[in-house]
Amino acid sequence: MLGLNSRDLKLFLLVVAMTMLAPILLNPFPADSALGESFNAGYPALLQRFVIFGLLVIGFNILFGLTGYLSFGHAAFLGVGSYAAVWMFKLLSYNVIPAIILSVIVAGIFSVVIGYVALRRSGIYFSILTLAFAQMMYAIAYSDLVGKFLGTIVTNGETGLQVYADDPQILASPGDPVLPHLFGLEMNAQTVLAVGGWEFTFQFGYYLSALVMLAGFYLSIRIFRSPFGMMLRAIKSNQTRMSYTGLDTKPYMLAAFVISGCYAGLAGGLMSSMDPLTGGERMFWTASGEIVVMSILGGVGTLIGPVLGAGLIKYLENIISKINDGILHQWFAFMPDWLDNLLVTIIHPFVGKGWHLTLGLLFMAVVIFLPGGLMQLGEKIAALFGRKTKSDDDAKTGATEPAE
Amino acid sequence: MDVILVQILNGLDKGAAYALIALGLTLIFGTLGVVNFAHGALFMIGAFCAVTMQRFLNLSQTVIDETQTDFLGNPLKVEVPYVQSWFGEAAGAAIQDWSVPLSILLVIPVMLFVGWAMERGLIKHFYKRPHADQILVTFGLAIVIGEIIKAFYGANPIQTPMPSAFIGTIDLGTWLGMDPGAVAYPMWRMVYFFFAAAVIAAVFAFLQFTTFGMVVRAGMADRETVGMLGIDIDKRFTLMFGLAACVAGLAGMMYAPILSPHYNIGMDFLVLSFVVVVVGGMGSLPGAVLAGFVLGILQSFASMNEVKAILPGIDQIIIYLVAIIILLTRPRGLMGRKGVMEE
Amino acid sequence: MSKSNFSRRGVLKTGAIAGAGLALPTYLRADGHSGFTNAPQGDTVKIGFNVPQTGPYAEEGLDELRAQELAVEHLNGMGDGGMLNTFSEKNLDGTGILGKKVEFVTGDTQTKSDVARASAQSMIQKDGCIMINGGSSSGVAVAVQGLCQEAGVIFMAGLTHSNDTTGKDRKANGFRHFFNGYMSGAALGPVLENEYGNERRAYHLTADYNWGWTQQESIQAATEAIGWQTAETVLTPVGAGDFSSYIAPVLNSGADTLILNHYGGDMVNSLTQAVQFGLRDKQVNGKDFTIIVPLYSELMAAGAGSNIQGVFGSMNWNWQLQDEGTKAFVKSFGEKYGFPPSNAAHTCYVQTLLYADAVTRAGTFNPCGVVEALEDFDFDGMGNGPTTYRGADHQCFKDVLVMKGKENPTNQYDTLEIVEVTPRAQVEYAADHPMFGGAEASLGDCNPGA
Repeated sequence: MLGLNSRDLKLFLLVVAMTMLAPILLNPFPADSALGESFNAGYPALLQRFVIFGLLVIGFNILFGLTGYLSFGHAAFLGVGSYAAVWMFKLLSYNVIPAIILSVIVAGIFSVVIGYVALRRSGIYFSILTLAFAQMMYAIAYSDLVGKFLGTIVTNGETGLQVYADDPQILASPGDPVLPHLFGLEMNAQTVLAVGGWEFTFQFGYYLSALVMLAGFYLSIRIFRSPFGMMLRAIKSNQTRMSYTGLDTKPYMLAAFVISGCYAGLAGGLMSSMDPLTGGERMFWTASGEIVVMSILGGVGTLIGPVLGAGLIKYLENIISKINDGILHQWFAFMPDWLDNLLVTIIHPFVGKGWHLTLGLLFMAVVIFLPGGLMQLGEKIAALFGRKTKSDDDAKTGATEPAE
Repeated sequence: MDVILVQILNGLDKGAAYALIALGLTLIFGTLGVVNFAHGALFMIGAFCAVTMQRFLNLSQTVIDETQTDFLGNPLKVEVPYVQSWFGEAAGAAIQDWSVPLSILLVIPVMLFVGWAMERGLIKHFYKRPHADQILVTFGLAIVIGEIIKAFYGANPIQTPMPSAFIGTIDLGTWLGMDPGAVAYPMWRMVYFFFAAAVIAAVFAFLQFTTFGMVVRAGMADRETVGMLGIDIDKRFTLMFGLAACVAGLAGMMYAPILSPHYNIGMDFLVLSFVVVVVGGMGSLPGAVLAGFVLGILQSFASMNEVKAILPGIDQIIIYLVAIIILLTRPRGLMGRKGVMEE
Repeated sequence: MSKSNFSRRGVLKTGAIAGAGLALPTYLRADGHSGFTNAPQGDTVKIGFNVPQTGPYAEEGLDELRAQELAVEHLNGMGDGGMLNTFSEKNLDGTGILGKKVEFVTGDTQTKSDVARASAQSMIQKDGCIMINGGSSSGVAVAVQGLCQEAGVIFMAGLTHSNDTTGKDRKANGFRHFFNGYMSGAALGPVLENEYGNERRAYHLTADYNWGWTQQESIQAATEAIGWQTAETVLTPVGAGDFSSYIAPVLNSGADTLILNHYGGDMVNSLTQAVQFGLRDKQVNGKDFTIIVPLYSELMAAGAGSNIQGVFGSMNWNWQLQDEGTKAFVKSFGEKYGFPPSNAAHTCYVQTLLYADAVTRAGTFNPCGVVEALEDFDFDGMGNGPTTYRGADHQCFKDVLVMKGKENPTNQYDTLEIVEVTPRAQVEYAADHPMFGGAEASLGDCNPGA
């Protein structure tokens, strides 16, 4: 079905179900419970981030997972996509369709140029070339160097590009919403379902992003299984030998790079559609590094691993960083005071302002104990529950590819 | 002319810092083949050794002075440093004054230990793992080290003064027959430059003229063959790691008076040092040093008002622009060896 | 610290069960009828403190957080009440806001716009916050202010000094108590004239981002108004670290004054390095070379150590002021934490109290009611003398402090001294001033959400 083999189809349907039900699945605790206030992640803004960053790393995985070429400047394409989308909002209207289309096109153009140049080198030289391009683009956007040169605003510098009331918006009609919308349906339109103590928020913007992400995921499965994908893997295992067979590998590499860049641009366009303000720091090297780290954390070369990695990092960033001492005391309120204080003292360095520490320790733990990333954890758990024969098979031939 | 001369000095000074960091990084990254994202953290530890030394020398006992009051109106507590009560006021103050150079006594053992512990405890298990795994584990380590430093020292930059003997400038211009004051350069920056040159020379001499160095160089070129000769190359690589950590730490320590240390200072230098190493060429120590100085000087020139008037903002992108040009015209950077990290 | 287990949602749950688990198809969860986002339910109200807890401004953010926690304590009737006792309005009686106990959530902005917005969104969507307060950067303030405008909650800005926050990027739902670049210039101008005369040549080094640009524009206008010439204005990359190649040309430019439009780590490094280059020992045009840092903060002054001695700058507030409000605040803060508060902490503390008071006077949490209550609101007793929240741009107008690095500090907090309290009249400007977006800048309409 859908041109997928049964294993891939199962995985795809699982991802479909998870994304559709995410507002419910990620709100496992009643909204007013101490656990719910701390750990529930099913609110629209974070759900959007999960799927948008998921889309970003799915695209990155097509390049890094299949070809082994490590781009250290991928956030640049996310950035140009975001800027392109906001410019569409400023010039045309708040309708997200032209914005998203242009963000893919612009990111595509940038990735053709950068890819053409950077792919003339391989290994670490390639990585540093992509990094150098991205850092230049960051500097140009952060201080709006192009804008200064032209005497106008292009990126609006550090404050970020946003839509002002006096922007032209030539396609906007008077009754249109003043926020991004799809033919009048606002991105932040939502329905809240209260069941007992639980509250589930279903937001239109999230579902739009989720559908785009699913389309991207489907396409990536097809690419992984296509002759093109096989070719990329062959290049990865031995590029020299591929060249000896008389095959020019360059066009394949460039195609992978551009596809991957377009995914990033699409993610950027979606990000702007959900939240129409974009700044240069989205292109800083740490943002590119984060994409790399998400992929490795989840499991490079696996279809779904990078998405899990992206989800985990965004979860930590948004959830752990918000836990403060007051919340900790609330958790342990039922305990005797001395135990309460002891536990809070122990946990304190790892939450709130210390969430980076948790992140760093997690990176180290995963890579030391789970060389295959989070996907390996999944396999281990599956093995533990005795789905041995089938799931092992899945893992080896289907989902998992060696990292390098 | 004098403007150009000052910018060359600035470039040499900046370049000395880049070269020192890149030298340590290339020992680990360019030769052992480990992508060490924690190298910036090593630089930072060195800088914080200087801070720690200063704090240690300023450890004080508290004496309550009833004649003065603090901000809440309570009697003021006056601090008397232990060093001054032990060595007498003048000698104690002199020791405190020299805390940054003195912290070399702390930096070398600490960095050797950190390098040894990192290699034995962590990196050793990652020589054969994919570069992606090395990135993740060392990046995680860098974050953890940064957070630990932040827990003890806070997030603000910490002023770390140089010895008062080196405060002020040297009027280099008068030596060259220029007007007084035309080329006045801070004394500590000159010290830094010569210090860096000495460290670089020492590392090269060590690798060139000792048996150890010979074995290591052979090991870099062909690890397996050297191993087959019955030489325990791993042990020597551990020491190499310690050496690299030391070089980074020394770079950080001496830079502390110029750049007030804060917990994230390592990350600020990290990307730049990778660029320097790669532009120099993988596996080449002279390449790393050369690239450090070339990029330092070019950046200084790009920061000149005359240049910025023609190309606004060029100072922000020059390093990356030059890196791209060099890598496109010279496939393996300035002096890279074939086959190192090209897969 | 302990928290009540009662919450808005507790009541919501009861209501929902009573309503036979009906879906509530509104943006406002259960309170569509109340007409604004996150209307507090039950006997608590939740506000969000969004400050940098990691990154370069982490210390400043954590100091803001301390003051915000103190403000919540005082609002809830704990502690000694701090500035509630000196505030000219007497509506707040320690029973929370409108009888609802104040709860708070905290978030980390990392001083990045994207992260700050994500954190604010989580406070609004997940925690049900009715007001967001804090921050330590103008870029972040503008970004979060825009978000709060869209979502329909109130934003009480923390430390943000760019003209844009209440200039071209002003928003109806956003309020700034902190002063701005223009005010720094207007306050510094006369003091500099007295101190250094009318014939100086100034050389600007400016951090290359929006705050730097607006501050340079303001200071340049102020110094040129007192007859100074501007020798050169040079933009430096943010986080440059080594400023040597920008400082070296100053020596031979014929300038006798260096103005550092830098903040945070950039300020610490550029000032330290400028002193190392011997700038302050030089004589140019027969005058002693001088350095000016237009925006000071205590935490950064501590980072720059002895290099700031004798350097002029400006501040929104300082703990050494001797009015009753300042004394009350410094006392409660100092007794709780053991050191004096920074001016970032002060502005967040005051903003929180001002919000609570505005809600009380409006009699509603509805953002539009709060906006109305705050606009053109006059108050006193908060450490800055008589102050007005101007309705036209939501900027506070009050006295500005001109500071100087202290020559002989007696303790580690005694780094700056107050040179002059510039009266408010001298730093006022028209709401349509060209540096503030001109006539086109508009607040828009207040947005209560939904």
